[in-house]
Amino acid sequence: MQIEATAPISAILLFLSSMTVGAQEVDPIRGEKLFKACSNCHEVGEGAKNKVGPHLDGVFGRTAGSIDGFKYSSALKRAGEEGLTWSAESIDAYIEKPRDFVKGNRMSYRGMEKAQDRSDLVAWLERISLNSPSADINAESTSEVVGFAAAVLEMDGDPDYGEYLSGDCVTCHQISGQADGIPSIIGLPKEYFVRSLFEYKTNVRQNEVMKNRVVNLSNEEIAALAAYFTGIQPQ
Amino acid sequence: MTNFNRRQFGLMFGAGAAALALPTYLRAQGKPRVVVIGGGAGGATAARYIAKDSKGEIDVTLIDASEKFTTCFFSNLYLGGFRDFDSITHGYERLQSNYGINKITAFAKSVDKASKMVILADGSSVPYDRLVVSPGIDLIYDSVEGYSEEAAEIAPHAWKAGPQTQLLKAKLDAVKDGEQIVMVAPPNPYRCPPGPYERVSMMAHMLKAKGHTNSKIIILDPKEKFSKQGLFQEGWAKYYPGMVEWYGPDVHGGIKSVDAASGTVETDLDTFTGALLNVIPAQKAGMIAAKAGLTNDSGFCPIDAATMRSDNDENIFVIGDASIAGAMPKSGFSANSQAKVAAMIIRSELTDSKAFPAKYANTCWSLIETNDGVKVGAQYEPKDGKIASTSTFVSQTGEEDSVRKATYEESEGWYKGITADMFG
Ligand SMILES: Cc1cc2nc3c(=O)[nH]c(=O)nc-3n(C[C@H](O)[C@H](O)[C@H](O)COP(=O)(O)OP(=O)(O)OC[C@H]3O[C@@H](n4cnc5c(N)ncnc54)[C@H](O)[C@@H]3O)c2cc1C
Ligand code: HEC
Ligand code: HEC
Repeated sequence: MQIEATAPISAILLFLSSMTVGAQEVDPIRGEKLFKACSNCHEVGEGAKNKVGPHLDGVFGRTAGSIDGFKYSSALKRAGEEGLTWSAESIDAYIEKPRDFVKGNRMSYRGMEKAQDRSDLVAWLERISLNSPSADINAESTSEVVGFAAAVLEMDGDPDYGEYLSGDCVTCHQISGQADGIPSIIGLPKEYFVRSLFEYKTNVRQNEVMKNRVVNLSNEEIAALAAYFTGIQPQ
Repeated sequence: MTNFNRRQFGLMFGAGAAALALPTYLRAQGKPRVVVIGGGAGGATAARYIAKDSKGEIDVTLIDASEKFTTCFFSNLYLGGFRDFDSITHGYERLQSNYGINKITAFAKSVDKASKMVILADGSSVPYDRLVVSPGIDLIYDSVEGYSEEAAEIAPHAWKAGPQTQLLKAKLDAVKDGEQIVMVAPPNPYRCPPGPYERVSMMAHMLKAKGHTNSKIIILDPKEKFSKQGLFQEGWAKYYPGMVEWYGPDVHGGIKSVDAASGTVETDLDTFTGALLNVIPAQKAGMIAAKAGLTNDSGFCPIDAATMRSDNDENIFVIGDASIAGAMPKSGFSANSQAKVAAMIIRSELTDSKAFPAKYANTCWSLIETNDGVKVGAQYEPKDGKIASTSTFVSQTGEEDSVRKATYEESEGWYKGITADMFG
């Protein structure tokens, strides 16, 4: 799975030179590479969508835990309600030690140790985040996948059946929403969840374990899984 | 807190046959009881799912002989130095505190099917309405002449994880450059078909990492072919040239006997000597299965493909390595998958929850060398009374490095996932 930032980043960066924040030299071009640590879970730039993590477009100045339709941990939502907004400083502190910054938040990212790495990354993020997220959640999918997904999204899945079927999924995808080597599927937007499954079925995304499962699932079963998984909260 | 009462049931036994109906009568006022024998991949999962999904309506007791469980899965990675022993050892605390499961640390000696009670080693008994049996395997030591439980202290099998695994690791670490390792591989059916060959890869990795490239690992196999053979042989040639030799029966002509003390294996072809012998004998269902009358001539337990119910007793379900599960290999993934089907059926019988058609799955990953993982897997459904595969996949030879690395990372994710699914 390779999802990159969606804006023409290199074009923008051509006009950026190294610059200083405080006493520190920052290098946003390095920051782009460092974003690889985040890109499995986050998109940023024009058309960015929620994935495992919320999209980071327009994140500067945004209240923590405030994107509609993304299932945040109650910890992060509470922090937002208590006034936490994202700035270069708060993002820096968050990604240094995500577990410690807001206790009980569910970003399963180990942390970025080096101060220089963090400032380079944040400097890049500041330039790339445009505050123009995707209007159409299906924008990137092939029309075939969109068609399949639409049929399932119209169905009322049986969450009890979904719960039983989920037994096969949670051997790999932890029910707590933790991700260690396999992405979390707890709290994904429903469209994204269903579309992903069809992407494995149609080889738009390639992963044998996922494909092997999905080829055995009927539309009714996918709807049941979607009803169950999008109805539970990450811990 | 265990809620069986030794004195009470001891007394009832003393009181004779007429009193045997009593426990059922007593329990009729309380919740239905499920007892699980074996707290491994199958048993821990079954206990957790029944307790979790019945939301306290079913009383669940888990019996395992040990305080802690060391997974066989990833024990080869421990041998290869990719994991420490603690990271593959798990406790039952969360099953007790978060799911209200009673954990009894004791060896189950037998099952009294007529009165629906499990008898423990100290003679006390635990009554059940439904029993789940997931004892894993026992080794048939004398399937290899000269091998025995005592010989295993010198020539470890390490096919049950724990002290045997640590012994094998200590012996592996002591192998000097130029010394040989001889593995006697098991005949079918055995737990974890790719396991012996992943183990050889991890032993070779360890030797190579220490610069012991003059050492050799010889595999004496009673089978003509083995799981993921092409993938393993490709990997051995690529990473460990000249260090691994595999001999099937057409080459060695038959494994005659082993002598642990002198480190020798006698075959029709020749006598092989190793500074380290790893003998993995033939296997059968854990002893309690035969004791309870659940096995057939094969030494394993026939079950109903749609439910995992024992063919021999309607109140007993056999899951994991001990069961005869059609096309499913004996693996931790399979045991975990079968546990969820049994748990769903048992709940539906005891609490009227919904039952759905059985579906099973398996995936087995193996690590060949750092960041080079391979996998094989399938989905299964009952068909004509047997568990049959509906689709399968296997890694390909010649795959790109990035694919192999992703496969390895996936296996790490799976380990976290399945152990969370077993132990909460
Ligand atoms: C080297 C090796 C590598 C492996 N790698 C993998 C892998 O990568 N992936 C995979 O999916 N599988 C793997 N496996 C296979 C996997 O470990 C087994 O298939 C799985 O553990 C079977 O689960 P089970 O519940 O049947 O038995 P087990 O997990 O063995 O659990 C049985 C438990 O029951 C207890 N017990 C038995 N009898 C009694 C009794 N009478 N009273 C009380 N307690 C009792 C035992 O102490 C044990 O704790 C591997 C196995 C080996 C040996
Ligand atoms: C394994 C997936 C994962 C990785 C890797 C990851 N994140 Fe996150 N991130 C999340 C999740 C999930 C949340 C939501 C947390 C919550 O709800 O508690 C989140 C939240 C955030 C937020 C808060 C957004 C908001 O709307 O409040 C920021 C900022 C953020 N991540 C930045 C980063 C950066 C920068 C990186 C890389 C250094 C990164 N994340 C790596 C999953 C991830
Ligand atoms: C054997 C392990 C395994 C099992 C079991 C499994 N998955 Fe996955 N799943 C993965 C892996 C690995 C990926 C990431 C694949 C990739 O790189 O695209 C994934 C990806 C996904 C994604 C996309 C996530 C994202 O962030 O884009 C969804 C949705 C998903 N799985 C749903 C399921 C469902 C539903 C089930 C049960 C029917 C299931 N999975 C069972 C391993 C597994």
